[in-house]
This record gives sequence, C-alpha cells and structure tokens, in this order.
Amino acid sequence: MKRILAIAISEFRIAFRNRWVSIATGMMVLFALVLAAAGAAPTGDVGVDRLSVTVASLTSLAVYLVPLLALLMSFDGVAGEVERGTLPLLLTYPVSRLHILLGKLLAHLVILSLAVTLGYGSAALVAIWSDAEAIRGLGSLLRLIWSSVLLGATFLGAGYALSALARRPSGAAGFAIALWLVAVVLYDLALLALIVSYGGGAFTTQALPVALLANPADAFRVFNLSAAEAVAAAGGIGGAAGAIPLWQSAASLFVWPLAAIALAVTAFRKVTP
Amino acid sequence: MTPTLTISRLTKRFGEVKALKAVSLTLEAGRRAALLGHNGAGKSTLMKIVLGLIPYDSGDVTVCGMAPGSSAARAQVAYLPENAAFHPALTGEEQLRHYLALRGENPKQAMALLARVGLEKAGHRRIGTYSKGMRQRVGLAQTLIGRPGLLVLDEPTSGLDPVSRRDFYDLLDGLAAEGTAILLSSHVLTEVEARTDRILILSGGELVAEGTLADLRARAALPVSLLVRPTSNRTPSLTAAFPQAVASGDGLLRLSCAQAQKLPLLARIAALGGDVADLDVIPPSLEDIYSHFSRRDGQ
Ligand SMILES: Nc1ncnc2c1ncn2[C@@H]1O[C@H](COP(=O)(O)OP(=O)(O)OP(=O)(O)O)[C@@H](O)[C@H]1O
Ligand SMILES: [Mg+2]
Repeated sequence: MKRILAIAISEFRIAFRNRWVSIATGMMVLFALVLAAAGAAPTGDVGVDRLSVTVASLTSLAVYLVPLLALLMSFDGVAGEVERGTLPLLLTYPVSRLHILLGKLLAHLVILSLAVTLGYGSAALVAIWSDAEAIRGLGSLLRLIWSSVLLGATFLGAGYALSALARRPSGAAGFAIALWLVAVVLYDLALLALIVSYGGGAFTTQALPVALLANPADAFRVFNLSAAEAVAAAGGIGGAAGAIPLWQSAASLFVWPLAAIALAVTAFRKVTP
Repeated sequence: MTPTLTISRLTKRFGEVKALKAVSLTLEAGRRAALLGHNGAGKSTLMKIVLGLIPYDSGDVTVCGMAPGSSAARAQVAYLPENAAFHPALTGEEQLRHYLALRGENPKQAMALLARVGLEKAGHRRIGTYSKGMRQRVGLAQTLIGRPGLLVLDEPTSGLDPVSRRDFYDLLDGLAAEGTAILLSSHVLTEVEARTDRILILSGGELVAEGTLADLRARAALPVSLLVRPTSNRTPSLTAAFPQAVASGDGLLRLSCAQAQKLPLLARIAALGGDVADLDVIPPSLEDIYSHFSRRDGQ
C-alpha cells in the first residue's frame, strides 16, 4: 500500500508539473460553465429544478470529456516510461506491475476527481445561485461526480492497456484517439443507425439494452439519466435507457473499471524492458 | 557460505543472435567482479537476466538464494542501468524520495544519499537540468538505498570525471567491506584492475577468461618487451649479438621474449657491458592481455 502511494505521489507531482492538473480542471470548469450559461434560460418545466436540468446536460458533456481526459492522461503511462528509459530501473524495485499501475491510477483518479468536482461544482453554483430550489438536485450532482470518476477509471485502465500494447507514445496516442472515437462517437452513431433501420422491433427491446450496457460510456449515460428520471429530457439514445433497470447500468459502471485494469495489467506484464 | 550470485551454463539468444553461451560464474558476498568485453559481448544482457528483467533460454541463476526477479530477490538487489534515465520534471531529491519509499525506507534520507555522491547542492533542481555525470550520480545514489546484498552496475563510471571515478570506487570499497557483492561492467581496464577482486572477460557471449589480473597475465603468457638503448656507435655490435632485435625509431632496439626467457635474456644483455646505455623492461599492457582474450567477432 505504501508503495502504491509512493508511485501515486510521484505521478501526481509529474502531472502537476506538466500542467495536467490545471489543464484538466480548466477544461472541465470552462465547459461546465458554458453549459450552465446556455441552460440558464427559464425552461418552464414543472417539477424539475434547475440543477437537475444542469446535471442532465453535464451528463452529455461528461460522456465525451471524461473519457478524453482519462485517455490523454494515461496513454503515456507505460509507453512514456519505455521511451524515457525509466522502466528497467523501476522494474528492479520490489514493486509489482499491478502496484505500479494502481499507483498511476490513483494519481490520475485524484486529478480527474478534482477536475469533475470543480467543473460540475461551478455549474451547480450557477444553477443554485439563480434558483434556490435547485438545491434539491444536489443528490444527482453527487451521483454524476462519482459515476464520472468510475467512467474515468475505465478509460484510464484502457489507456494504460493501449500504452503497454503500443510501447511507444506516438503509437499509444493513436490507439487512444481511435478508442475514444469508437467508444464515444461511432458506437452511438452505429446504434442510432440500427434503431432507425429496425424501427421499434426486437432490436430496440432486446439487443439495444445489452449494447448500451456493453459500452461504459453508454452505461454511464443511461445510469445518470435513469437515476435522475430525466430520460425524457435527454432524447436520442438516452430515450431508450428507460427500459434498463438501474442496477444493471450501475453494475456495468462498476465492472468496467475492474475489467480495464485487469486488461492493463495483463498487457503490462507482457512488456519486457 | 553460499555465494550471493550463482550462474551456471546460462544461455540466451535473441532470434539468430546468441547473446550468451553457457556462461557460468559465482560471486561471493563482499567480492567485486568486473565484467569486460567489447560492444555487444553480452554484458548488459547478463546483468538484465540477473535482475530478472529479461527471461533466459537455459541454465540456472540464483540471486541471494532466490530466483532472479522474484520480489524477495528484488528487495536484495540494486541496479544501475547502462543509461540511467529519470523523469526530467522531478528534482533529484524527489526522485530519490520516490525510490526510498519504493524500498520501504525513510524518504528523509534522500538528501544524505545525494550528499554521498556529491549532489547535495543540486538536489532541489529538476533532473532535466542535470549534466550527464550528474544524472549518473543520481543513478549511483539510488543503488546505495538500504543495504543491498548484490549491486549490479552497468558501466557505472561512464560520464564521470576522473576524480569522481576514484570517489566512486572508494564508495564501492566501503560497500564491499560491509558484505555487498558487486558486479560491474566497464570498458576502462586501468580502473577496474586496481579496484576489483576479479576480472571476467566476455567475448561473443562466452566467458573466455576469469581471475585476478595476475592470473590472466600468467595465463595469457604474452611476450615481454625489452627496449635497449645502445651507447653511441655500438648499434652494429648489438644487432650482431641479437639478430632478432627490431630497430625502433629513435635508435632503440626492441627485443621480445617469453616470460620464462626474460631473466636469461637480461643476463645476456648485461654481459655486453659498455655497449648498452640503458634498458627498459615493458610487461604486456592491460590492453594486450584484454585483446588476447577478447575477439571482436560477437557483433
Ligand atoms: N532486445 C534485444 N533484441 C535483440 N537483440 C538484442 C537485444 N538486446 C541485446 N541484443 C543483442 O545481444 C548482444 C549482446 O548485447 P549486450 O547489450 O548485452 O552487449 P554489451 O556487452 O552490453 O555491449 P555494450 O558494451 O555496447 O554495452 C548484441 O549482439 C545485441 O545486439
Ligand atoms: Mg551494455
């Protein structure tokens, strides 16, 4: 445990020096404030407080931004050590490869938590400031924060795995961009196309829920929208989320980080310095 | 007492390249061994196998009684890689605190360790601003953490100035006296000769010679050279007495003979009395002994 912490402290320090902490936080705060400002116009919705509306739009933002930030922080994780030539020495220390990855994960998760908390928090402040009733939406905001951290953990793990597979930072960066495009953009487009072509048949009722749960980004969206009962406000693929029980999307959110880390450790074990 | 490091019939190939061919060696606690060999002889490969960084094809390796690379072995072994590299964004002190924590030691020792390698003034600067020799010293400092049973140092003095090299070997003497076994590689024969107990010469992946310098000198049995300066105008009578002598530039005559023939030859030269103005005996140089054992065919 002490060794994981030691790795995490170094990693956090490096990320801080490389301005990753400020870049990640700045990006989240900026986007969240833009969303809050855009959503500030009176909606006239009955029974929905302003913060819950903000959380719904923050959810759509997080689906893109959190995986992107996580991949940007992690793609260098193993490949960077190989490139700098620091890996052989590190591996002669009495720390296991699992511990090395867990240390990096811990540092990156702290940064990500900081970024989403400050980002969403500032959007929430705007919402509460303009509508005192919005305080009722605080629960969904907290839920958005911890589920974002879990989503981030999944993509951090995936980033380490790609980093270990590529062994060179340039290759790892390419893999990371490809993964982001596929998981976050193309996957949903493909699902939409299928929904359109199959209409409301067996595909929408049976295959679609499975497909949504199988993608961590979609599971994250489904979880937050259905938990907030804001499904109607979301539309699109989110609209199909109503059919999925909350526990299933929650399970997907919790299982994916474990799977991603397991994958990363397996790939890292194959790297010979 | 069981040796700290035992290697028997170790073989390693990289595809077509045979990097190590049935290498066997042992290293006892408190002994210092120098691994010599031309570029590509297999020195770094041997070290990485001892550290468990790369797998090997056949043979046996035990480090402090354990399998190389096992976490118990790693806790006992310290390593200085060939090109020591660190994250440029960290300061020397932060980097050492990190390594101390990884070995379960108190990170507060970082500055004291840096002081042992003469880096106390630069400890608060980022490693990115260090010179090559300074980075090498950070690498040395981290090998001093704890009480390693075995030190594996890959070209530890590369990039160090002559004074630092001497300080470095003094440091090793201290560690060896406390019982640390040391395996280091080098290309500088003159420095390892005086400061290590044993020399191992690798050539094309084979261990071709092993022993103290005196052992190697005896085994190589290289000829001794004698440089004779004749008194003026007596050169012809000397060349007549020693037809095998070769005239070298400045009027000197060079004679060479096997070790065993040295004294009789000296006696014959001395018998010539006034014809000889001066005489120098030149033993085979370290380079001569080294090239006798090492063939440049491993690349
Ligand atoms: N990862 C690798 N893949 C393929 N061949 C390798 C690898 N590592 C080493 N070799 C080969 O193994 C041989 C021994 O290399 P090694 O690095 O051990 O030499 P060395 O004695 O340390 O040389 P130097 O004095 O230049 O450091 C060389 O022929 C080298 O090309
Ligand atoms: Mg080498």
